[in-house]
Amino acid sequence: MVETKPRIVRFDRVQKSYDGETLVIKDLNLDIEAGEFLTMLGPSGSGKTTCLMMLAGFEPATYGEIYLNDQPINHVAPHRRSIGMVFQNYALFPHMTVAENLAFPLQVRKVPKPDIRVKVERILDMVRLSGFESRQPAQLSGGQQQRVAVARALVFEPALVLMDEPLGALDKNLREEMQYEIKRIHDNLGITVIYVTHDQSEALTMSSRIAVFNDGVIQQLATPSVLYEEPENAFVAQFIGENNRLRGKVASVDGDYCEVVLRDGATVRALKVNVSGKGASTCLSLRPERVAIEPNGQAEENVLNGRVEELIYLGDHIRARLTVAGEDEFIVKVPNAPRHASLSEGTWIQLAWAAEDCRALDASGKEAAPA
Amino acid sequence: MPTPTDDVMRTADGTPLKISLQRALVRSRLRALLLVLPLLAFVLVFFLFPIGHMLFRSVDNRIVGSVLPRTAVAIQDWDPDRAKLPDEAVFEALVRDIQAAFKDRTLGRVGRRLNYEKPGMSSLFRKSGRGAARITGAPYRDRMIAIDKRWGDSSTWRLIHRESGALTSAYFLAAADLKLSERGAIVRQPEPRRIYLTLFYRTLWMSGLITVLCLLLGYPVSYLLATLPLRISNLLMILVLLPFWTSLLVRTTAWIALLQTEGVLNDIMVFAGLLSEDGRLQMIHNKFGTVVAMVHILLPFMILPLYSVMKTIPPSLMRAARSLGATPFTAFVRVYMPNTVAGVGAGCIMVFILSIGYYITPALVGGRTGTFISNFIALHVGETLNWGLAAALGALLLGLVLALYLIYDRIVGVDNMKLG
Repeated sequence: MVETKPRIVRFDRVQKSYDGETLVIKDLNLDIEAGEFLTMLGPSGSGKTTCLMMLAGFEPATYGEIYLNDQPINHVAPHRRSIGMVFQNYALFPHMTVAENLAFPLQVRKVPKPDIRVKVERILDMVRLSGFESRQPAQLSGGQQQRVAVARALVFEPALVLMDEPLGALDKNLREEMQYEIKRIHDNLGITVIYVTHDQSEALTMSSRIAVFNDGVIQQLATPSVLYEEPENAFVAQFIGENNRLRGKVASVDGDYCEVVLRDGATVRALKVNVSGKGASTCLSLRPERVAIEPNGQAEENVLNGRVEELIYLGDHIRARLTVAGEDEFIVKVPNAPRHASLSEGTWIQLAWAAEDCRALDASGKEAAPA
Repeated sequence: MPTPTDDVMRTADGTPLKISLQRALVRSRLRALLLVLPLLAFVLVFFLFPIGHMLFRSVDNRIVGSVLPRTAVAIQDWDPDRAKLPDEAVFEALVRDIQAAFKDRTLGRVGRRLNYEKPGMSSLFRKSGRGAARITGAPYRDRMIAIDKRWGDSSTWRLIHRESGALTSAYFLAAADLKLSERGAIVRQPEPRRIYLTLFYRTLWMSGLITVLCLLLGYPVSYLLATLPLRISNLLMILVLLPFWTSLLVRTTAWIALLQTEGVLNDIMVFAGLLSEDGRLQMIHNKFGTVVAMVHILLPFMILPLYSVMKTIPPSLMRAARSLGATPFTAFVRVYMPNTVAGVGAGCIMVFILSIGYYITPALVGGRTGTFISNFIALHVGETLNWGLAAALGALLLGLVLALYLIYDRIVGVDNMKLG
């Protein structure tokens, strides 16, 4: 995070309700800096797209104010906001050619014709679609349509571009390729991008900051690495990356750390992150790759036994599902190295991890499945 | 595998791929044919054949030849361009034909047929039938002329000569307010008998007006239907379709009750002081009534194709246009409307073609000034029994519709049409 940059968007205590009974967005406060690539990540129905629509001007905020460049925009019509937008299904105009689609935002801005031609050419070159000017959108592949949609949102040089799950309709390889493409464009142009997705790997790859949405509330707003390494609550831990959960009660607190008694009575030392104190229920979060198998006498703070339930061969590593402290969804990734080839189902093995890798979080965490 | 000697793709056993494919498809083709066969037979027997037969009546002219066979043959040698009357042999043939026809009671048909061309022919034949029955021998010519001096007028004979062929253009000429002069030249009908061109013209412009009104009224409704939440739009859709479930007759007569001089609308306006008791408006049995009632009846045919096309336009298209800087109006005109062209085309051609041939509503509420060409076709079929003219008018109407369809295809393209 660079604090010196001016903020471009500010959500100030924004609330949104569609039916007057339930809040889709509950008290949203969010500052977005110029030049940032901010991703709104969350399961469907978490309110992330609603945020984008409010910012674009297609949905009014029920309460609160949204600022663009420190100007309140609640009563500014969408076409006066000058925000570029890439839609989920591209929303290319089917009756216009690629060039006409790209010229549209310039024509409505009364840009002189020769300038339009130059700008369209330049932007097509940037998305590597030169020569496709006279094609109809229907004659393009999904990836090419995607590029045109991005180009159209950029051609009138907005400072802010919104992208609503733009890669959702593409297949996996193309999606990855486009992720880098969009990232490259963002870096080259220095624009601000607000990106909505439910795909956490997409969010981790592209963003400078990620806002994790659930239930109309931002659960955590942080850089990808902080979000992954230091989740603040059980939802974020579960939603971002793969996560092992161990439930228990806090037995004692010792500065930044705490002792947690698990369901089967074993005691584990963990980093105290989001627990109220002694006696509180907690959910321990532990990344699979931080678990060591069969520690060779190294002094680890936590050592537990686990029974191997299932082994899945994935080439570069073996995914082992174990039962640990009564939880049968404990995942460990075993690198495909010679010394670990001996694992077999039904056997007991020893697991170890450091206390700082094990985070004691709130127990309320919803059963959110990672996307 | 046999070595192919040419570029033809072959299957493993050497049969050309195309033939092999065709064999494989024969069964499914046969099945498809069997499925449509009953309908095909039905359409052929009960629709295409009768229509073809009816259309043939517009040029069919066998009546003179079949009722007056001897005369029709004998008169072929006569030169109609000379002022001279036909010779005795033709008169003899005529007398024998009339005697036979009088006995068979078919003489009236010839009289009626020739009366279309020349008023008075019907009475001439009636009179001659009674008179000729008493003629027993020569001189036939003088005796016929004695019965009625019109037999001594060469224009009567020219007419018989002209209409003794198997085909005639007279019906089509009449349908276009034209006729053949005595000398065989195409001339316009006398002023008071020129009605059909006016009717065709009126049918066309009123249908056009009805189509435009349907489009103007239907477009916003369709837009609303396509954009409202499903729960509300379903209710609205029922309101649009409700008229479909009511009898056409009931709807048309309802308009009579509403619009007539002593009707609901006039009563309200008089009550509200907008009209005086003597100034009640004539809103039915004229063009106004026809247009109002037909717009009401044909509106669903405009709304349904428009709706089905608008339903497929994603809302994000308009949002995209707005976010790119277009005002709501620009976005609508430049992005939304071009995408509804297929629906507009389908709706317009549907309403226009339906209204061009509409019968029941103009018949009930059209009065004298608001009737369509179809009402006159019905008149000739049902009352004057001039089926030849009715067939000619129908054929012209059919040709008109086909021509419009072709023009539409040239401009919009039929493939772009979306009927639902």
